[in-house]
This record gives sequence, structure tokens and C-alpha cells, in this order.
Amino acid sequence: MLTTEALVKELVEKNGRTRNSLMPVLQGIVQQEHFLSEEALLCVARELDLAAADVYGTASFYTFLDTVPRGKNIIRVCKTITCHMKGKDEIINTLSNALKIKVGETTHDKKFTLLTANCLGWCHKGPVMLINDEVYPELTPQKALEIVEEYAKSTH
Amino acid sequence: MENNLKKVDIIFEVDDKCTPLEVLDKTLKRSADDIILDLIDSGLKGRGGAGFPTGLKWKFTRNESGDVKYVICNADEGEPGTFKDREILDRVPEKIFAGMTICGYVIGAKEGYIYLRGEYNFLLKNLLKKLEDFNNALKKRNIDFRIYFKSGSGAYVCGEESALFESMEGKRGEPRNKPPYPTVAGYNSKPTVINNVETLVYTTMICHMGPEKFKALGTSDSRGSKVFSVSGDTPIPGIYELELGMPLHEFVNEFGDGDTKAVQVGGASGHCVPRKKFNDTIIGFEGIPTGGSMMIFNSSRSMYNVLHDYLEFFTEESCGQCTPCRVGCQQLLKGIEAVKRGERPPAYLDDLKKLTGTMKIAAKCGLGQSVGNPFNSIIDNFREEIIY
Repeated sequence: MLTTEALVKELVEKNGRTRNSLMPVLQGIVQQEHFLSEEALLCVARELDLAAADVYGTASFYTFLDTVPRGKNIIRVCKTITCHMKGKDEIINTLSNALKIKVGETTHDKKFTLLTANCLGWCHKGPVMLINDEVYPELTPQKALEIVEEYAKSTH
Repeated sequence: MENNLKKVDIIFEVDDKCTPLEVLDKTLKRSADDIILDLIDSGLKGRGGAGFPTGLKWKFTRNESGDVKYVICNADEGEPGTFKDREILDRVPEKIFAGMTICGYVIGAKEGYIYLRGEYNFLLKNLLKKLEDFNNALKKRNIDFRIYFKSGSGAYVCGEESALFESMEGKRGEPRNKPPYPTVAGYNSKPTVINNVETLVYTTMICHMGPEKFKALGTSDSRGSKVFSVSGDTPIPGIYELELGMPLHEFVNEFGDGDTKAVQVGGASGHCVPRKKFNDTIIGFEGIPTGGSMMIFNSSRSMYNVLHDYLEFFTEESCGQCTPCRVGCQQLLKGIEAVKRGERPPAYLDDLKKLTGTMKIAAKCGLGQSVGNPFNSIIDNFREEIIY
């Protein structure tokens, strides 16, 4: 695995050194390291010749650009009204009990983070969750558990 | 009751005799002015919700001077209740690419970008493959236009066009002051056409079938059809392409569950229509305009919970740049909670309604300006549910 510095350099090479490439660079880091560390943000600022505060200001604006450590798998359960009507609370409670964490927390083994999301765009097939970039609509508590168990097995 | 609700099939129509590339070949032989005239004649208005005439937008951008112009497809669909663009991106992406290419030809742009919301990244694999094929087909035809993807990172406000440009430029997705409008200074401060996913597909289809067929659908104020995303208390949730200008009672007859008490038209930022107004509410620009979201609630639902959910959404998604929106959203949320708990008198709801009036005038972008739509329509029609 690349060091953070090498990863940033590689992403900057690939996406370019202009301000316009800031988002893809930050997205690339999150994909690899699951969050934006202070080291990563400083490195990006150096490479793109931007103020570190400016880079942090941009990163902290976006929900998917986490600036606190996250687990390898980020679970986002949609919480808007139609998913609420179809039982998102049950899904959250089930996952929360199974993983032994509250919303916003990460498991001790750093495998999972449980979050809520504002509308994932599956209002007709709620409740729905996103794990990393994969979407799982029409959940039942049982189905949600089985999916997460699969991730637990495949994450070493 | 008789139902005249007309389902149409333009966007998802599978017509083997006509591929998007063939529409492109046919259309690019015509003059840019003719294409603009057809679009204006068709009456197509933007399908993202704001409803600006598409042909005029293209015309204004074409008339701007400068070598560099851009075409941007707004695929940052994030309005609760709306999921039509995802379906279009998944099923008929080539029709979007063709629309962007036609637009590029009309305005004189060489680059197009699709700004896809981060929540839809799972679509990327398939889309990138199709885009590569499409870009190669353009190269083969010596068409000097390329399309690229940009991913969002989970910010509802980036669906606002100027916030979207800021995000593409690597900044916080905060809306800009207008004017200048995107047609003058958009992405990278260059003249830009930014259209919703659905709008771009309709431009392709109007070029294919001619403006007359499109114009024949809908009403004089709301021409054509559009894609509706139906969710909530309905036995048949999903995506439907319907003629614009339908009365809401016909919609409820078709999609309601027999116990429908209210329909939230136009997503969380739209209007909530109670049963007693179903008969005289038109879905279209002459009545209640919508980006396509129709959320149906039956009598078992608490409208307090519905409003609370919407306000939580706006409080979290407000970009925080302007005070009317940032503070306003929070105060509305705290306000209805205080009334519910009995800490404030019911008349406090009227003070909160005044606050939405201030937000409408003073907020910088559509997010803060439109929070009053759900707030006032739910307070006015379901006041007792908010208080007790």
C-alpha cells in the first residue's frame, strides 16, 4: 500500500495540478484511506499550492469527504421521509445492535462505520442503505444483517 | 371517476430504427438556429424544477462571444422523493450524451461534463463504458466534442447550478450571486449551458420526432410530458412518464392507496396538497410545478413527522453561507418542536410563517427560498397535527 504522500502525488499526477482537480484528488484519498487525515490534507495543500485551511474548508463541506477516521466499510442508511415510512429506524437499530455501535461511530476492529444519509434516491424502494459505493434497496432487518455479515466475512 | 391521465413513452422508448447516434447525425446536418427554433417551438422548459425555456437558454449561450464554452448535465439529483434521473442515467444514457453533443454543436462548446451525485457512484462503471463508446463514435465522425464525468461528494446544494460550478472548480459548493447567469459566466467563468438529465434527453427526442409531437402533449403553459417519481403510500411506487398539466385528483386515482390524505408535489421543497384541494390543483407550470417528485401520504401518517423530516433535511443541507437560510432552517425546526412540546403557543407558528417570508426574499439560492413551500402548506392545511 502506498504511503499517504505517494498516494497524493499519484493522484495529483493523474488529475492535474489545477484547483479544478482538488475534488477528484480528495475523493481518491478517501477511496484508499477511508478518510482525510491531517497529513493527507497538508500534502494536498502542498502539491496543489493551496492554503491548508482552504483545502480543509472544501473537504469539510462535503458529507462523503470524511475528516475523521472511518471504518473500511461505511454504511449509510437513508433517513428521509419515505425510507422512514418504510421502517429505516428498524434497520438502524438492527445494525446498531449487531455492530455494537451507535450512528456516527466506528467498530473497534475498524471494519464498519454506521452513518445516516439524506436521501439516496431510492424513495420507491426504501428502506435503503449504501455500503461504500454499493446500494441495497428494499431492506428488511434480516436482509440488512445478512448483507453486513457478508462484508464482515470478506473484510480481513 | 373517469381518468384521463395519459401515460406516454418518449424517454424510455426503445426504437430500434433510431439510435441516439442517428439522431445526432441527422440533427448536426441542420443549422444551429433551426435547432434552437425547434426547441423554442416545442415549448420545452427545464425539467429540473425551475422551468426555464431550454431553447432560450441555448440561444443566449450561443450568442455569447468567446472560444471556450461548456455544456453541463446536472445529475446531482438529491431532492427527497426524486429518483427519475438515476433511472434515466441507468437505462438511456446515450440519449443524454446525444443531447449534450447537440447542445455543444449549437452553442459552440467542445467539452461537456456530467456532474453525477456521489450517491450514484455505483452507476459509474456502466456509464463510463458507454461514454467511452460514445466519445469514440464522436471521434470517428470528426465531431469535436468530448464528454467527461465529475463526481459529487454528497451535498444537496450542489444541485443548484452555481454551487455545482463551484464544486467542479474544487471549492465548497456554495451558490454564487446572480447575475451573472451561467449563460454568461458559468463553469470556469465561461458561458455555460447547464441542463437537467431529463431536459437533455428531451432535446434529443424533440430533434428526433420534431417539436409538433412534443407540443401536442400537455397544456398551453406546460408543454410535453415528464418523468414522475412516485413514492410513499402507493401500491405502485416507481417511475412514470406522464403528460404535464394533469389534475391532481386524476393522479391520486391512479397512484393513491384509497386513503390518500396529502400529496407532496415537487419533493421536500415543493408544496403539500391536502385531499380537499386535489380537484383544483394542476400539476404543471400553471399550477404546482415539479421536478417530478410525488410523495403520497395516507391518513395514518403524521404530517408533523413529515414536516420535521423535511426541516431536518434542509437544516443539514443548507450550505450555511447566508444567514437567512442557515439560521432560518434551524429556527423553523426548533420552532415546531417548541410548539409541539407546548413551550410556545400555537400562534408562534404564524411568526414562523413570517420567517419563511423573509427567507424567500433574503436567502441567496433556491434552497432557502423554497423552504417556505412545504412549511406553509403543511402548517396551513394540517395545523392541528403540528400543535397537538
